[in-house]
Amino acid sequence: MYTILSKMTLSSQIREYVIEAPEVARAAKPGQFIVLRLHERGERIPLTIVDADPQAGGVTIVVQEVGKSTREMGDHFHAGGSVLDFAGPLGVPSEIENYGTVICVGGGLGIAPLYPIARGLKKAGNTVIGIIGARSKDLLFYIDRMDAICDELHVMTDDGSTGRKGFTVDPLREILSSRRKIDRVWAIGPAIMMKVCAEVTREFDVPTVVSLNSIMIDGTGMCGGCRVEVGGEAKFACVDGPEFDAHKVNFDLLMSRQSFYHEEERCALDRYLAAEKEKEQREDR
Amino acid sequence: MSREKQVPMRQQDSDIRIHNFDEVPLGYTEEEAILEAERCLQCPNAPCGEGCPVQIDIPRFIDHIKNRRFAEAIATIKEENTLPAVCGRVCPQENQCQVVCTLGKRLEPVAIGKLERFCADWEAEHERYCPEVGKETGYRVAVIGAGPAGLTAAGDLRKLGHEVTIFELLHVAGGVLMYGIPEFRLPKEVVKREISALEEMGVKIEVNKVIGQIYTVDELLENGYNAVFIGTGAGLPRFLGVPGENLNGVYSANEFLTRTNLMRAFRFPEYDTPIKVGKCVITVGGGNVAMDSARTALRLGAKESIIVYRRSEQELPARREEVEHAKEEGIKFQLLTNPIRFIGKDGAVAGAECIRMELGEPDESGRRRPVPISGSEFTIKADTVVVAIGNGPHPLVPRTTKGLKLSQHGNIVADPKTGQTSKEGIFAGGDIVTGAATVIEAMGAGKRAAAAIDRYLKEKK
Repeated sequence: MYTILSKMTLSSQIREYVIEAPEVARAAKPGQFIVLRLHERGERIPLTIVDADPQAGGVTIVVQEVGKSTREMGDHFHAGGSVLDFAGPLGVPSEIENYGTVICVGGGLGIAPLYPIARGLKKAGNTVIGIIGARSKDLLFYIDRMDAICDELHVMTDDGSTGRKGFTVDPLREILSSRRKIDRVWAIGPAIMMKVCAEVTREFDVPTVVSLNSIMIDGTGMCGGCRVEVGGEAKFACVDGPEFDAHKVNFDLLMSRQSFYHEEERCALDRYLAAEKEKEQREDR
Repeated sequence: MSREKQVPMRQQDSDIRIHNFDEVPLGYTEEEAILEAERCLQCPNAPCGEGCPVQIDIPRFIDHIKNRRFAEAIATIKEENTLPAVCGRVCPQENQCQVVCTLGKRLEPVAIGKLERFCADWEAEHERYCPEVGKETGYRVAVIGAGPAGLTAAGDLRKLGHEVTIFELLHVAGGVLMYGIPEFRLPKEVVKREISALEEMGVKIEVNKVIGQIYTVDELLENGYNAVFIGTGAGLPRFLGVPGENLNGVYSANEFLTRTNLMRAFRFPEYDTPIKVGKCVITVGGGNVAMDSARTALRLGAKESIIVYRRSEQELPARREEVEHAKEEGIKFQLLTNPIRFIGKDGAVAGAECIRMELGEPDESGRRRPVPISGSEFTIKADTVVVAIGNGPHPLVPRTTKGLKLSQHGNIVADPKTGQTSKEGIFAGGDIVTGAATVIEAMGAGKRAAAAIDRYLKEKK
């Protein structure tokens, strides 16, 4: 059992948890992930590490409540409680060094894993330009934290409810077009966002790193479910990644593989919501 | 009862069992076990023991059964074997102890495996026999990986009085016994029972511990462990390398079986992990893992489950018993056939283009090499494909242990007699060394390494 040290609401669907796992906290580096399981019947959920405190033994993760397991976590797993399993750190850490000027693009939940990378890059001496965005204001988080570590921060929402109206790729293209020398780009977010960012940076020939969130079971190099195509070769996101050269990734395949269980995900969520509703009605009576 | 044939073991009928995940063979009763035990000739030279990778005193345990001393029988087995309930079910006895059985020269050999299983099942229903643990030595040994090799090494080291901690990266101990071998061949309760017996002996098991990441092997040695045994097993699945292999619906056997066995996807949505199986399932490969996958597919609702194998029936590496079970259940065998491309429709697999093969000259494995017959291409319809052609070594520990000598394929190089690796105090055994092999071979390696570790600790003193 791994104690939930704290739980904080970042937006209507997004919550930040600090989980007590001292050995993971001690070893965790930006770009890596953990796998957690809520209970005996739970699935193994891979989540990127946001922060780790080796002194206090806490590992910070951010969860967006989109499916059955993440909804359940939001509804029933609170500070002081615990999750059954928590294993990590997994994956290869980000290559943090002083590149010069870097752009860090984060979309939606991708802002969470982006934050420690941007912070690491800043610490390593880079000039860091941040671009973060989400569909709307209530899905956006970590604006202050990103602001504190970025030399320049662009905030975007699809609907203009906060920051500028538009997509994260818009300021990315503008900066690259302005002929400022950009040495490297990190882009983390939904596959489609990473794909369009990669297309733009390819035009300007700027090395770009993406973090791929393919479907995994064990997350440790065993099942092969997370395989992605990079430079025409099959790679395993869990042990070869999760970060890869954006210009070599087959994003269409990634998106197709991510969608394979949509029907089952829907079914599990509906079943969960129906059961929750029934519970609520019983309690009302 | 004639002496000629083994006492048959009752099993679930095939038309019923393809709709459930319950175990297929049902075990011997006491009377059946005694009848079978009476067939044993008790040869003084006991060739059977030589055939056993963990050197169980076979005639002695069979004699105990014959005389209704079942507690003594299981105690005899457990002197050498940590996992009798597992071995009695999944060991290829027909190539080991039973192949050298004297009786087997003229008649059917003694059903040693079935008798071993009987003893373990008998123990489960009676008082558990806990092997004696030697005087505490004060030495600490870390075992990485709670699969057959690691569990065996841990059990033997503990018996010798060493303090043993097993680090397992998954959320349960058991390795391939839990994620790989299906419930209908090896019930998970049986595995859990064997593991809890180890814990009763004082073996510590820490799950969710990713060695290589939280600590390197060298750090374990620096942090107070006197020796390390690496038994991290097989890892990344091999694929055919043909077009269309990344289509949705193409699974590695590891993923297909892990979803089902470890994550209980056959009980989705009650359990959270899903699995998708269409009407027609192709499994590529001819080993036990391929049989397990094809039979699992049927139980998950496939109407048709086909094994596609590039050699002929004679070369199938799977146990005969597994092939027979598969045939009884209606698995079809498309032999001398190899997929050359998977055909997709809307991102999901819809079929396999295959080519017929013929057998040519023997290759380095001694088996005749399959050669494609040009122009023989044909298509098999498939909604799901399972690729069961083996695994590479598990990558985490080899990748993170500096200076550890690896083979060309990334396996750890270790002395087959002792498990000694290129680094002092570090031993290894099982699939991480040999590449994919059997449970019992991994257990044998764990056993030899435990003995070598014991010698190493005592000599170091």
